[in-house]
Amino acid sequence: MGGIYASVLTISPGRPFRASVTTFGALVWSGFRRYATYRQATLAGSFTNIVFGFLRCYVLLAVAAGATGSRPGGYDGAQLATFVWVGQGLLTVVGIWGPPDLSDRIRTGDVASDLLRPVPPVTAYLAADLGRFGHALLTRMVGPVIVGAIFFTLTTPTRWQTIPLFAISTLLAAIGSFGCRFLINATAYWLHDARGPLVLWTLGSGVLCGLYFPLRLLPEWLAVTLWVATPFPGLL
Amino acid sequence: MGELRAYAALLGGKARSMASYRTSFAIELLSNLGSTVLDVVTVFVLYRATARVGGFTLAESLLMTGLTAAGFVLADLVVGNIDDLKRYVRAGTLDTVLIRPLRVLPQLIFMDLPLRKLLRLAFGIFVYVAALVVNHVHWTPTRLTLAVVAPIGAAVFFGAIFVLTASLAFWWVESGEMGAAFTYGGRDFTSYPITIYSDWFRGVFAYALGFGLVSYQPALALLDRADPLGLPAWAGYAAPLVSVPAVAIAALVWRIGIRHYRSTGS
Repeated sequence: MGGIYASVLTISPGRPFRASVTTFGALVWSGFRRYATYRQATLAGSFTNIVFGFLRCYVLLAVAAGATGSRPGGYDGAQLATFVWVGQGLLTVVGIWGPPDLSDRIRTGDVASDLLRPVPPVTAYLAADLGRFGHALLTRMVGPVIVGAIFFTLTTPTRWQTIPLFAISTLLAAIGSFGCRFLINATAYWLHDARGPLVLWTLGSGVLCGLYFPLRLLPEWLAVTLWVATPFPGLL
Repeated sequence: MGELRAYAALLGGKARSMASYRTSFAIELLSNLGSTVLDVVTVFVLYRATARVGGFTLAESLLMTGLTAAGFVLADLVVGNIDDLKRYVRAGTLDTVLIRPLRVLPQLIFMDLPLRKLLRLAFGIFVYVAALVVNHVHWTPTRLTLAVVAPIGAAVFFGAIFVLTASLAFWWVESGEMGAAFTYGGRDFTSYPITIYSDWFRGVFAYALGFGLVSYQPALALLDRADPLGLPAWAGYAAPLVSVPAVAIAALVWRIGIRHYRSTGS
């Protein structure tokens, strides 16, 4: 029985940790470049985020204007506006509606070549997704926040700690969102076509992350259940 | 007749492909219903915080939401898939469509008629009818006609917007999600009374693009309310006519786009 042998170029045989870091970094960078190629799509996407920002912001402000004490769910107007515009920016950064690459590859069978690679698929996909995250952070976050700041009064954080905490929380949210999407996409291993679960995810994540309205507007028992029992509020 | 048979074959192929992924299709059917249900639930949640939004009560708002939901989903069901045009242009699938001896637009529609959206349409109509009942509309023959014509007008208008935004792909393949700002954005815009928007934003969306005439004006006429923004009462009855110029513009742009199309060669 003649076996078939495959060998992989080892970057640094003596220091395996460094090798995996280099590979991971290269994958992140290629993920970044993939999105950097489509500049026009970035522009078009930002435009759409901004239009939706206006729509959602006006609705919430109109609700605030009619609410008792003008503070629905304990938020004032500026906080609601900030919530909407930062949310519109974060939407693509966290990528709760990321591309269904994995399920497409499972359906077409291309995933087999991913499994043959010497990098675990979860790691490889996570690296590519972090590249996407980096690109979105630089490009998609600024547009909505600047437009929001021009047309509405936004609140600025009063404590310096808020900013690094926000950065860490965004990164964790991106990883969390990646994990959820990976699971949803992986249903294609059983169903062959993950379109249904993906639609369900798009739908559930939008509302349960608080994209359409702050979760505090829900009855308290429901909001608390969502906070404690589901990953959604942690994503956006 | 032969043409009809060809369209039926396209549709049959689609139905068979859906039947082979049953679980996924069932989930899709339910989640599609869910998306419209959530739009309506959002309105209820927002009204938990306040009794009036932009001067309108929950029941009055629901009439606009229901009218929008029924019209939009009907449009989405019939021509919504035209959204994929940019994919067809990039992948070269459009070339296959162009060389067949059938009209392009109907082919694209029948290639992927999304039957999964049927439940959603039923729900949209249900909300609309329920809102009509809850609001105790003072029925006259003209109002009855308007109540029937308004959602159809809305559907035709949204259909025109779908075709228009999809046509963008003929000139700009990477237009990405830009169309969604006007299709789904338009739906969100017309789901609420337009009094809540600031002047310039309302000017652009409601009057320049015509979205204000889709649900807000007809709803005012059905509710027998004067327009706080100052349009005369007959405007509500005339509003569904806005879909006529919309369709004309969409048809024109679509035709120019098809002529302009050059294959990417892939």
